[in-house]
Amino acid sequence: MNISLTIKNKRRLSTFVRYGLMIILALIFALPIVFMIVSSFKPHFQLLQDSSSLRAFLPVGDLSVNNYFDAFARAPISLFVFNSVLVTLVTVTLGLLVNSMMGFALASMRWKGKDIMLLVIIATLILPFETIAVPLLMVVSRLPWIGAGGITQGWLNSYHVQIIPFIVDAFSIFLFVQHFKSQPYELIEAARMDGAGWLRIYAQVIVPISGPVFATAAILRGLFMWNQYLWPIMVTQSEQYRPVMVGLGYFYQLSTSNTTGILPWGEVMAYLSIITIPIIVLFLVMQQAFIESIASTGIKG
Amino acid sequence: MAQITKVETRNQMRSSKWPIERNTEAITAWLMASPAMILMILFLIIPFFLAFYFSFTNQRLISPNPTEFLGLQNYKQLLTLKILRLDPIKNESGEPVLDEDGNFTYIRERDITRNPDYPQYAGLQRWNSWDVGKTRFTLLASDVVFMKSLINTLYFAIVIVPGQAGLGLILALLINRRVKGVNVFRTIYFIPVVVSIVVVSILFRFIYDGDNGLLNSALVFITGGAFKPIDWLANTTTAMPAIMLMSAWQAVGIHMIIWLAGLQNIPFTLYEAADIDGANAFQKFLYVTWPGLHNTAVFILVTITIAALGLFTQIHVMTRGGPLDSTSTVIFQAVRKGFDMQNIAYGSTISVVFFILVLSVAIIQRYLTREKSS
Repeated sequence: MNISLTIKNKRRLSTFVRYGLMIILALIFALPIVFMIVSSFKPHFQLLQDSSSLRAFLPVGDLSVNNYFDAFARAPISLFVFNSVLVTLVTVTLGLLVNSMMGFALASMRWKGKDIMLLVIIATLILPFETIAVPLLMVVSRLPWIGAGGITQGWLNSYHVQIIPFIVDAFSIFLFVQHFKSQPYELIEAARMDGAGWLRIYAQVIVPISGPVFATAAILRGLFMWNQYLWPIMVTQSEQYRPVMVGLGYFYQLSTSNTTGILPWGEVMAYLSIITIPIIVLFLVMQQAFIESIASTGIKG
Repeated sequence: MAQITKVETRNQMRSSKWPIERNTEAITAWLMASPAMILMILFLIIPFFLAFYFSFTNQRLISPNPTEFLGLQNYKQLLTLKILRLDPIKNESGEPVLDEDGNFTYIRERDITRNPDYPQYAGLQRWNSWDVGKTRFTLLASDVVFMKSLINTLYFAIVIVPGQAGLGLILALLINRRVKGVNVFRTIYFIPVVVSIVVVSILFRFIYDGDNGLLNSALVFITGGAFKPIDWLANTTTAMPAIMLMSAWQAVGIHMIIWLAGLQNIPFTLYEAADIDGANAFQKFLYVTWPGLHNTAVFILVTITIAALGLFTQIHVMTRGGPLDSTSTVIFQAVRKGFDMQNIAYGSTISVVFFILVLSVAIIQRYLTREKSS
């Protein structure tokens, strides 16, 4: 009796400690983001005053959406958002098509060159984009483009310079190969017997049953594209094609170098919130898919 | 069994019975693979080999002059290191000359690096020096900023790799229980992952601010006013650790999820067996959990290392390499030289050095995972 009580108490204590630790960690992860969102509604001087107390995390005082209006007035944020959404959507969509076709050819079809291709893809998996960024800059500055104004040389300052180099993705191909290989081959055989061509098997047999792997590839690629920074700072000198993250960097510098010499933190927080809240909401809605995507990056280990 | 039947039918279907069909299969496969193949060659493989090619030339982004082949000159410019050994200056009678504070005096480095009598030291700059007894050893480098950047990058990786992997494991162990509310905690720990690192970097500029920063306020509050506020990013000793802390805060959720997947792959029966043997929680971790996580651990350590070696965005947004180059990194230098200064050749040379770093990490991973499976 006595012994079982102490064990019970020990258990309770360990549960208590565990929850305590989890709560402290949760505060560490959540508070900076709470601060960001709350501050975006506060006037500049109140924001600075509140930062020395717990009021920093509370929606109190003189709250308004003025920071949002001012931020939009200071920089063409809607254009930046539009650019990023466009580039992300187009790249992800074309990428799903191109990478899944390659994945299907590698997983389910027999052709010469397949083994070498697979080897190249595995090898490029470890190749970080940073390795090729500088020479790629040279390549795209020399490539020709056929547009409305005839043939032009150089891809700098455009949408396609942000899209085309990122359509193909070794990890997406790898995911598709893994997934398609795990599908029962009988499905393909049955379709062959019915006289279906390979393209048709891909489009009407395999793709419809592969929703989850497409979702995984789309989420991983979408996050990567939305967060692009290194590449667009090099290739989007003109404001017209600038994505949100680069626009944010410029906005921040624009604000630090203004005439008053005061950084309007409220406006900065408003800009940060505009481009962050939609992604957090998307994550909360599709949480399972997000977390499974991230978990899937571990399978190659 | 099922596997064997599958192979048989496959071979049957594609044997000499249908040679034309096999042909169309190969042609269709090439067609379906070709968009990805062409894009990969143009934007991945060609730039990769161009990095090596440019590193042997003086290629610039825009230049009126033709490109010249330079051999290893870029590598020499980037990587040359020399140690200079100096004895104290002596007067005619052989006594060392002391300065006002009674210290030994030495020739200035630049009197050697700019002296035509010492061509082997030409163009080098002082990186650091140490006094051993009376002798002064001075480390000279041809590109001091790059050397500092390389050290900063390695410093970042050495701290962040075990730090972030360890924290991720702790989080995973905490939430790997079927207890109430655990999913809420998992969600909260993961949220920073979906927040862009650019957003996080600007947000943390405020948190690390010397005047109004939340970190200072929090530390002053916790220590009851004993803590003296610091301008975290403006200080050479605190800037890099501040960036490390922020980077781990943002990315650790990824590794928590991967550790968690690894933990859930360990068969539950192993824990039951350990229970029967009377193992305590720590013994269970040491003898069941940890061995079961071997491959996950190698994978996580390698991915964090490669990501850490590529540190760029945080630096570009927060410090631009400062103060005094204390946060400059390899990729930051590659972009500075290759893009800001339009020196494609030198930027490519840095990229090649970066690639060799990444490749060594990948080779170590190969070695570690093979060790296990054999």
